[in-house]
Parts: sequence; C-alpha cells; structure tokens
Amino acid sequence: MKSRLPVLVAFISGALMILAFFGRGTVVDAVSDRALTWQTIVGGFSLLLGAVSIARVHWKKVATRHEDRFYSLCLLICFVVMGGSGVFYGIGSGTLFDTLFQRIQAPMMSTMFSVLAFFIASAAYRAFRARSASSAILLVAAVLVMLGRIPMGQYIYHGLPSWADWIMTVPSMAVQRGILIGAALGAASMSLRIILGIERTYLGRG
Amino acid sequence: MPEWYSHPFFLLLPTAFFTLAIFSFLYKDNPMFKLAEHVFAGLSAGYYFGLIWQSVIRQQVWMPLTQDGQWSVLVPGVLGLLMFARFFPRIGWTTRLPLAFVIGSTAGIMFIQQLHGMVLPQVGRTLLPLDSLRNILIIVGVLTTLIYFYFSKPHTGTLGWIASVGIGFIMVAFGAHFGYTVMARVSLLIGRVQFLLVDWLGVAR
Repeated sequence: MKSRLPVLVAFISGALMILAFFGRGTVVDAVSDRALTWQTIVGGFSLLLGAVSIARVHWKKVATRHEDRFYSLCLLICFVVMGGSGVFYGIGSGTLFDTLFQRIQAPMMSTMFSVLAFFIASAAYRAFRARSASSAILLVAAVLVMLGRIPMGQYIYHGLPSWADWIMTVPSMAVQRGILIGAALGAASMSLRIILGIERTYLGRG
Repeated sequence: MPEWYSHPFFLLLPTAFFTLAIFSFLYKDNPMFKLAEHVFAGLSAGYYFGLIWQSVIRQQVWMPLTQDGQWSVLVPGVLGLLMFARFFPRIGWTTRLPLAFVIGSTAGIMFIQQLHGMVLPQVGRTLLPLDSLRNILIIVGVLTTLIYFYFSKPHTGTLGWIASVGIGFIMVAFGAHFGYTVMARVSLLIGRVQFLLVDWLGVAR
C-alpha cells in the first residue's frame, strides 16, 4: 500500500500524459489538460513546502540557541516580512512585496552573480594555462569569443567578430546538439523507468 | 518626510549596504557577508511563498472553489496539503502520493517532449548534405561528441581516436561558453560598480 499506491499513481499520471499526445481532441486529451493544471497546483504546494522547511530549520536554530541564531533570526524576519506582505497585501507593482524585490532582492541576486566574476577569473587562470592540446584549444576558443564579442575586438582585427560567430554556429553548436541528443535520450529513458515503476528512488526509504 | 531622506544616498543605502556586504566576501567570509546571505535566503523564501500563495493557491484553488464552485480543485488542493504530511511521522508516507503524481505526470510529459521535441528535430537538423565544410564539421562534431559520451565500451583503438576528435570539439564549445559566462558575469559586476559609483555616491557619470 505504502509503495504500491504511489507507483500506481505515477504510472496512471505518466501514461495519461503519453496517451494524450496520441489522442489529440479526445477525452484523454481533456483529462490530461486537467491533470496538467493539477500538476501546477501540487507543484506550487511543493515550493511552499520548501519555503516552510527553510523557516523550520532556522526556527530550530533560534529555539536551540545555536551560535548562528542571530543570522537565522534575520532570515526568519525577512521571510515573514516578504512572505507576509505577499500574502496580505498582494504581489502587484508598487506593493511592499514588489519594492522589497526591486530594491533589495534583485540587486543582491545580481551582486551574488557578479562576485562569481572574480572566482571565474581565478578558475580561468588555472584552466587556461596551455599545458595540453585540449586546454590550448579551450584557451584559444574562449579568447576568440570574448574578443569577438567586444567592440575592441574589431579594432584589433576586423575579422574577429566573424571568427567568434563561426565558433558559436559551427563547432559549438554541433557539440551542443550532441549533448542535447544524449541528454534527451537519457531523460526519455529515465521517464520510462519512472512510469513503469522500475525507478522508485523518489519514494525515499521505508 | 524630511528632505534628507529623499536624497539618493539615503534612499539607496540598504541596497548599497547589502551590495558591499556581499562584495566583502572577496576578502574573506565575515559576519557582514553572513548577514547578507541570510537576508537574501529569507527574502527569496518569502518571495516564493508570496508568489505561490497569490498565483497558485489563491488564483487556482481558492477563487475557482469559492467563486465558480469548481469542487474538482479540491483534489490537487488536498494532494498539495499531503506534501506537508512529512512533518507528521504517522501519516508521513502519504506525502508520496502528490510526489508520485507530480513525478509521474512530469515523466509522461518529458518522455514525449524529449523524443518528439528534442531528439527527432535535432537529429533531423543534423542530417545535412555533405556539400560544404560547415555541414561536414557539424555532422562530425555531433557524432564525435555523442561517441565521447558513450561509456559502455572503453575508449581504445578506433573508438578512442574518434572520442579524442570529440574532445577537440567539446573543448572549443566549452571554451566559447566559458568566454560567454565570463562576459556575462563581468557585465553584472560593471552594473553593480556603476550602481555604487553613479547611482548611490554620484561620484562618476
């Protein structure tokens, strides 16, 4: 019951989605449309669960007087203010929720990513030392693409932008295509394993 | 409201403070960065909570149920609530039902989407006439990349040689993408420095 029922649910919902593809305009298609809406709703609840779990972990830290309780308390205050303003006053433009997002969260997010520029620079130093043929190819491709995409590149050599374009549209695109085909085949086979109940790790233990 | 408050320096002070707090990590991990990190995590969790509450629970469950009398939304509503059953050990196993529904339906969608929307079109676009160097390079690049990621046989002999050609293509692609990533991150950094020097302090134009 505890594992058979979920496997049956996964089989029915998965098979329904596959059948809907072959039965456009039929009752199966209508049912799968409804199931898709339901999936969005249940998926939304799972995101809520994630947010609540973060709050629980940090509440425990505050309650047990953990050494990082001050930071956890800050996290909880921010969670309550942001989440509460969204729940009680809406998420539209000009609301507190929107202001907090525009003024604090979005700038912090871009700062977090911009910090990566420094770490990428140190990673580049290690990766780009031309110690082998492979790393030399990596170095040349990266330099050509970077120079070809900035205005200064065409002052160094007028053909650099077209070289960068060629790298992006021929070898890089071919590799992306190869990786996409491989990953898609892997995803399709994993999907089939889940639907047929061969893959059950998502059920956890017990 | 006092006049000094409307000055950009004070208006943008919280944003600037958290920007500098995050940049302080470049020196070393410190309390200011930890504070910024937790504020960011709290705001992000709160953001998703507010967003999901309004766009999913209110708009897709509560309003159809109370205004249109759509009782069928109770099914995903109850399934969604079962997600929280994991907090109660006795009924914890019921959380597998909504999980199985989401994973099963996603697997069904993915199966069709990946084969019909990804594999077949990508294979179709690779079946090019061998009438130009460009087309030959694309076909060779796709095939050698696929062979490089084929690990069921050891990469020795002819297979090893073909895989090494694949490595060459992969290195070009990774180099190009690395270059792009560096440029994207640097442009974000320029944006943040511009915010600090132009918008906040007003010392540069």
